[in-house]
Amino acid sequence: MLKINNLHVKLEEEDKRILKGVDLEVPAGSVHAIMGPNGSGKSTLSYVLSGRDGYDVTEGGATLDGEDLLDMEPEERAAAGLFLAFQYPVEIPGVGNMTFLRTAVNAQRKARGEEEMSAADFLKFIRAKAKELKIDAEMLKRPVNVGFSGGEKKRNEILQMAMLEPKMCILDETDSGLDVDAMKLVSDGVNALRNEGRAFLVITHYQRLLDHIKPDVVHIMAGGRIVKSGGPELALEVEHNGYADILAEMEVEA
Amino acid sequence: MNTATKQAPAVISADARPVSGAWAQEARTDAAQRLARMGLPTRRDEYWKWTRPDSLIAATPAPAALFDYKGEPPVFHQIDRLKIVFVDGVFDPDASDDLSGEGLEIERLADVATTDIHWAKDLYGVLETRGQSPVARPLAAYNTAMATDGLVIRATGRVSRPVSLIYRHQDTESDAVMHHVIRVDEGAKLTLLENGAAAARFSSVSEVDVADGAEFHHVRAQGRDHERQAITHMFARLGAASVFKSFTMTVNGRLTRNECVIEMRGDDATAHVAGAALGDGADGDFHHDDTVFITHDAVACESRQVFKKVLKNGAKGVFQGKILVKPDAQKTDGYQKSQSLLLDDDASFQAKPELEIYADDVICSHGSTSGAIDEEALFYLRSRGIPDHIATDLLVLAFLADAIDEIEDKEIAAEISDRLDAWLARHRG
Repeated sequence: MLKINNLHVKLEEEDKRILKGVDLEVPAGSVHAIMGPNGSGKSTLSYVLSGRDGYDVTEGGATLDGEDLLDMEPEERAAAGLFLAFQYPVEIPGVGNMTFLRTAVNAQRKARGEEEMSAADFLKFIRAKAKELKIDAEMLKRPVNVGFSGGEKKRNEILQMAMLEPKMCILDETDSGLDVDAMKLVSDGVNALRNEGRAFLVITHYQRLLDHIKPDVVHIMAGGRIVKSGGPELALEVEHNGYADILAEMEVEA
Repeated sequence: MNTATKQAPAVISADARPVSGAWAQEARTDAAQRLARMGLPTRRDEYWKWTRPDSLIAATPAPAALFDYKGEPPVFHQIDRLKIVFVDGVFDPDASDDLSGEGLEIERLADVATTDIHWAKDLYGVLETRGQSPVARPLAAYNTAMATDGLVIRATGRVSRPVSLIYRHQDTESDAVMHHVIRVDEGAKLTLLENGAAAARFSSVSEVDVADGAEFHHVRAQGRDHERQAITHMFARLGAASVFKSFTMTVNGRLTRNECVIEMRGDDATAHVAGAALGDGADGDFHHDDTVFITHDAVACESRQVFKKVLKNGAKGVFQGKILVKPDAQKTDGYQKSQSLLLDDDASFQAKPELEIYADDVICSHGSTSGAIDEEALFYLRSRGIPDHIATDLLVLAFLADAIDEIEDKEIAAEISDRLDAWLARHRG
């Protein structure tokens, strides 16, 4: 589903290379995790894939179901089925969470040539999804992420994911700032969305999220490249020994 | 425009003034004398530094083409209201509803001014005079001396249907000078709506006396004619525990200056003045100026100024807002917010927020900002599949929201929101 081929990225404003040849393939139905030390380029990868400004792709590319992702506007990538759960969800005062979600759902439907969802159907749909994530009606009425706790913001990300039904989900450090209960709630939300047609790329610092969202493949990213890939046991190895051993073995600088 | 245009005279002779009965004659003579003392505004005046008065004081107005609404229904059309129509500043009885309503007395200024005695004499030119200090407002004095039409409205009870003044603009060279006198009696309530361009050049003064425990709500949608010019003044005096709320929406217009001067005279009064102005220089020149002066002269009064401007393609915005707290006005709660959203590098915004406080137990603050669309928020919305232009509109409406929230009537607020949304949709890109 997602294919990343020799991706090189630098910051637009300064001559700083961040990704130095990332190769990655995430097939439909699978969950891949990317782990790595700070500054390894994990978040940059998620931003570049979702189309944030400020980065220059100098070499390589990425496709979603064969379509060139990097050529599309952020909204086109979303309509094509890409979703990024933000590490730091943005607060938007003045825009109601409900208005935001309805606009997003209908914009994607329109972009795909589908009929817009009626207000009544939308309400039924969002209430059901919100209930699963223990998001109360009050949170839906409030402005997007304004005054939300860390856990509420992350649950709101998963609610958006559930509403938009993307095929390729990228979770950027979704576990950061979550306590154990919130982590379970968020993970359950993600697991409920797992199916044959959908793929996940879970970016995380720690192994603990992967106890809840079990990955098929774990990649270690360092110095702007994927330096090692393996099964879930690779995450455990990191948990026990840190990144130093792996990096030394691979002879890369963090 | 030709800058050598002749100016209107600062000294208005008695024969040049409208024919009046005894009380109005006196009020107009006084106003003419005030104007002669103050002189017409010039760019050297501090309060006219950012808005050129030249075209407002020219002997004749610059012509303004009529806006083509293309069949769009006029603003407030769905609101149940008492409609009173003026065409180029002249009352049109045929197009208006009966000037009556429960708890309401409405008369035409042109009729009232020819009588020898009328209660309006206690307000006409009186609140305007009070508002001339410490800052001179010569164009308001000019209006008092020369106004030819307008309404004298008295609310004696809680009036549920808004009184809606509709200002039609039909003559491309019209120069309208209108003056309203409004008294809201003790415990009474009135909602006033105003909409339309009124004229190529429109001068309007409203003097509003809100008695103890009374409520006055005002929502105004200024005309969309691109070349129109307007100088408006609202002078309000608030009694104890009274409420005054005024909101103005401005989209388009070559030049608009809205002055609001409020004197809080009774304890526990509330005054909120808000505005949303949207200007796109691609339609023609756009210059919008909000000038507000609120005087706290009683205990425990609350005042709010919430002004938002969205500007692009060379559109210009000005805000001059002042809160003056007199020595005895303890427990004053005053807040002033003036923000502009500049959608490109050509737009500009100038703000002069001022606080002058002589009491020691007060909460007063102001915030003035000017910035671009929040790129983080924009990316977040787009990453959820919302196209760039719709995401931008959502953020602009969100920016305007706290000004619109100042409109108490939710049906009217929704109508204003819809109009702003429609304007944004027409001005994308």
